[in-house]
Amino acid sequence: MKIVIIDYGAGNIQSIKFAIQRLGYEAVLSHDVKEIKEADKVIFPGVGEASSAMKKLRASKLDSIIPELKQPVLGICLGMQLMCKSSQEGNTLGLGIFDVEVVKFPKTVKVPQIGWNQISNLKSKLFKEVKENEHIYLVHSYYAPVCKETIAQSDYAINYSAALQKDNFFGTQFHPEKSSLVGERILKNFLVHIN
Amino acid sequence: MLTKRIIPCLDIKNGRTVKGVNFVDLRDAGDPVELAEIYAKTGADELVFLDISATEEGRRTLADLVLRVAEKVNIPFTVGGGISSVEDVDILLQNGADKVSINSSAVKNPQLINDLVAKFGSQCIVVAIDAKEIDGEWIVHLVGGKVPTKLNLFNWAKEVEERGAGEILFTSMNHDGTKNGFANEALAKLSTELNIPIIASGGAGKISHFTDTFIDGKADAALAASVFHFKEISIKELKEELHRNAIPVRL
Repeated sequence: MKIVIIDYGAGNIQSIKFAIQRLGYEAVLSHDVKEIKEADKVIFPGVGEASSAMKKLRASKLDSIIPELKQPVLGICLGMQLMCKSSQEGNTLGLGIFDVEVVKFPKTVKVPQIGWNQISNLKSKLFKEVKENEHIYLVHSYYAPVCKETIAQSDYAINYSAALQKDNFFGTQFHPEKSSLVGERILKNFLVHIN
Repeated sequence: MLTKRIIPCLDIKNGRTVKGVNFVDLRDAGDPVELAEIYAKTGADELVFLDISATEEGRRTLADLVLRVAEKVNIPFTVGGGISSVEDVDILLQNGADKVSINSSAVKNPQLINDLVAKFGSQCIVVAIDAKEIDGEWIVHLVGGKVPTKLNLFNWAKEVEERGAGEILFTSMNHDGTKNGFANEALAKLSTELNIPIIASGGAGKISHFTDTFIDGKADAALAASVFHFKEISIKELKEELHRNAIPVRL
């Protein structure tokens, strides 16, 4: 299985590479269009600020490549947010894969949300053998509201999308690579059970 | 529901843990990676590695250590100690650290916070503040609490938040090492006045101190070193007790 982690200069990609390695697979970091297109599984990471990450994607033409991919794609954290229609962070358009607008948490809670929260209403093979209300690790100030593409929810001030799916595209707001055994299970599901 | 975090802190010198640790099951008591793996397996929510190396060579070892930790550990970790530039942070994050913590360098050059936030995002920038209560006023200190500044804790914390830091790690020098509990009054004030997460540090001695700092101190996370390293408190028992006190934790 060929696994490619998209390397566009935004994110803690080393941790994802290592997490995949711990599951017994090897992942390649790449920004090469051909290599990305030929992969069996694509992981689209991201941490940092949305509008500058989008600029990097546009500069490397990845903004038009990613939505066209046919194999399973997993966006993580900012990666997931960039797959949405738009983000309030830096008022940027996203890749438009998920039909939802990313907005900032209200001031009634501490922002960023940092730590372990629970996932519920699990609706995908991505969560095979993952129980309701398991804990996952998140760090974020913006969120995707619950929408028709929501496959897991979390609660912080409001119920929001902890994960999204449309066709071959998956996104998790949480970091599976940092979410202990639960996260490892979810990553493994993406690699093994999503085709 | 977002849970309260328990964070063991490992002091690192030249790539090795310092302050003896009392883990009989460790093959190599000085190996931070092995210790980190044990903590990750036994319920720690996050780890902090605090580098106290004084030499350049020690610092280079730190970057290698971060890579080795990232390879083995499946929970988030923060690296702090002696970080003073965008380049320092870049290498640590590239090697797999989730967050970095800055302290003296932020006091000397507050613009560094803005620069780091602009380049890496708020979510990975922790500002550590050591403060001591002197005649009723909380004064920020440097060099592990030895050197006083003119800064008031609450004013500085507010500035740190405004400059974009994602989190504050507050250590009370009055409480650190006493094992008499955390500085809950100051912590509660920070937590109420600010809108970013606050990590409580300094003073952990027994399980009830953690309960108190989450309830009275309104802390979002609590950090401790020796009580965990010397197995005076097991993280599992600590979390079970917190759970019994209706404090949300990841069990």
